[in-house]
Amino acid sequence: MAVRRTIVGISNPHELEEALRAAYYLADEKVATAAYLALALGKPLLLEGAPGVGKTEAAKAIAGVLGRTLLRLQCYEGIDAAAALYEWNFPRQMLALRQESQGTGAPGQDGHIDIYRDEFLIERPMLACLRRPEETVLLIDEIDRSDHEFEAFLLEFLSDFQISIPERGTIRAYERPVVVLTSNRTRELHEALRRRCVYHWIDYPTPEREMRIIMMRASGVSERAARAVVSAVGRLRREPLAKHPGIAEAVEWAEAATLLNEQGARWPEAFRRSLGVVLKDEDDLIYIAPKIDAILVEAGA
Amino acid sequence: MMDTSGPIAHFLGFTALLRRAGFAVAPEQTMAWLAAIDLLGPQEIGDIRRAAHATLAPQPERFAEFDALFDAHFLGAVGTIVESEPSEEEPLRAADESSVGPEPIFGEDTRESGAKATGAERLSARRLAPGEEAETLRRFARALPARVPRRRGYRWRGAHGGPGTDARRMFRDAMRHAGEFIRLRRRKRDQRQRRIVLLIDVSGSMKERTQAHLAFAHALARAADTVEVFTIGTRLTRITRALRLRNREQALATASLLVADWDGGTRIGAALDAFLAIPRFSALARGAAVVVLSDGLERGDPATMADAVARFSRLAWRTVWLTPLAADPGFEPRTAGLAAARPFLDELGNGGSIESICAHVLNLAHVLDRTRERAA
Repeated sequence: MAVRRTIVGISNPHELEEALRAAYYLADEKVATAAYLALALGKPLLLEGAPGVGKTEAAKAIAGVLGRTLLRLQCYEGIDAAAALYEWNFPRQMLALRQESQGTGAPGQDGHIDIYRDEFLIERPMLACLRRPEETVLLIDEIDRSDHEFEAFLLEFLSDFQISIPERGTIRAYERPVVVLTSNRTRELHEALRRRCVYHWIDYPTPEREMRIIMMRASGVSERAARAVVSAVGRLRREPLAKHPGIAEAVEWAEAATLLNEQGARWPEAFRRSLGVVLKDEDDLIYIAPKIDAILVEAGA
Repeated sequence: MMDTSGPIAHFLGFTALLRRAGFAVAPEQTMAWLAAIDLLGPQEIGDIRRAAHATLAPQPERFAEFDALFDAHFLGAVGTIVESEPSEEEPLRAADESSVGPEPIFGEDTRESGAKATGAERLSARRLAPGEEAETLRRFARALPARVPRRRGYRWRGAHGGPGTDARRMFRDAMRHAGEFIRLRRRKRDQRQRRIVLLIDVSGSMKERTQAHLAFAHALARAADTVEVFTIGTRLTRITRALRLRNREQALATASLLVADWDGGTRIGAALDAFLAIPRFSALARGAAVVVLSDGLERGDPATMADAVARFSRLAWRTVWLTPLAADPGFEPRTAGLAAARPFLDELGNGGSIESICAHVLNLAHVLDRTRERAA
């Protein structure tokens, strides 16, 4: 196992935590440790957690710290190699053959046109990452949405970091690319995939950390409002709702309520009127309506 | 070679302990953990713990158990180990067909063997009502192939009016026609049948219906390509292969022989747990349509049952529970087990008659993805 102790001047989890903070991501010790280990051991980083706990943000911040471009591959049901790896630019291939047969095209060296040249290859995120591993971070987002076959295909990619294109042969990364996978855990990922990765389960942040995130991300929000939001959102997450508010929703709530307050709405009222920023499901809103006053009072809003 | 004495041995002891407690730890994970410890310094015990979490990747539900084992091994904490299962009950046994006697004999003259006769004898006491139900099953078997749930496969194949362009085939054609593209070739993704996993409750409270359910399982296994059938009661028994016999009487007789816990007590939670704990079985539920025929009257801990159903719902494509109690129109899941498991089911339907079960299975492809909608 090739171990790199130092990556862009970062040689322990604590330094990575600092660097992530500079990239506006407040990581706790565990995330920082997992991310550092993934980078140092050259393994993919698998982040699992409820929607809205900042998994994708973490990947963006890591790319920012490394100074690399983030290549994002959003998974969906039915995703296949053509969307993930490469595709041949068929219309251009056909056009080139046409020009060639009419003698107007630019022939290759031996007078024949090679329709499997680079210019006809459409690069998708995984191929792009293999070809330029030192400039990119590959984010494979919401892998739990993809089909099982795609998971198996990923497994092959993640263990060897090579792919083969029948017309071109095998392409191999000359150094281990940085890969981050995220999953909302709507279904269980295959054991083999978990095994291959450095794993981290991201939980909702502690109130104190969420408070710092809101203060950092939201503009012009008072500490009192932020504290009230954190407390109320924490309560909402314990309710049996269809969609629990994530960190982004908490930040938006604090901003929205502050805006309404500046326009003259009184404090608990400002929170209540901007509730649509946090809860975006009709059933949830109906369910929480009778309780919201008590929650806001308890939160000291 | 790695030195396997001193501190390394202590670390390896922990992974061995984890394996004994039922955590799947692969050698490559152990190596990654040791490399991680080396990388981190380590300054304090927290570093080793965080490295263990990141590389040995326990399931989030088992974090507490994992940490307790960690404390016991490295800090010498005693008495804090959380048992994953209540230990007063003996572990539930699971039986695969291969472990019970010889394989069923295919052919016409199987009745002559003594063992089969015993099975037939036992069956005769609980014979299937002929006539109407048999006709329902025949109609079900005819309708199923067209309506079985399917999933998109990974391969493409040529098809008229498909959504993709079949470039390879067009180039091949063009070579035969002096480089001219004459026809636009289309292709589409292959369709594969989803596996259907049928779990039949054979406990005492379901006594009246067990035979009808087995007959249904036989019709299902014959009509669809990939079906797995298990019985749950005080044991978990796989009866898929027995049901592949064409003759229904023979198939049911063979299946009856395999099942050792007819009309016994119910430990649904433990049986589902046993299913999930055996990788060979749990792999069958991955991406499958899981149908449970049971009244959900659980003798064991309802929380165990709810946990097991939750894990099923994450593994399977759809989880459907059909209970005879739901034949009553005002039905609400009142038993603690079923009520706790309800949020993880995609559908809780009426399993009161064979007709209704057939209708539910025929409509599997249209069951809404309820649990996943809630989660996403």
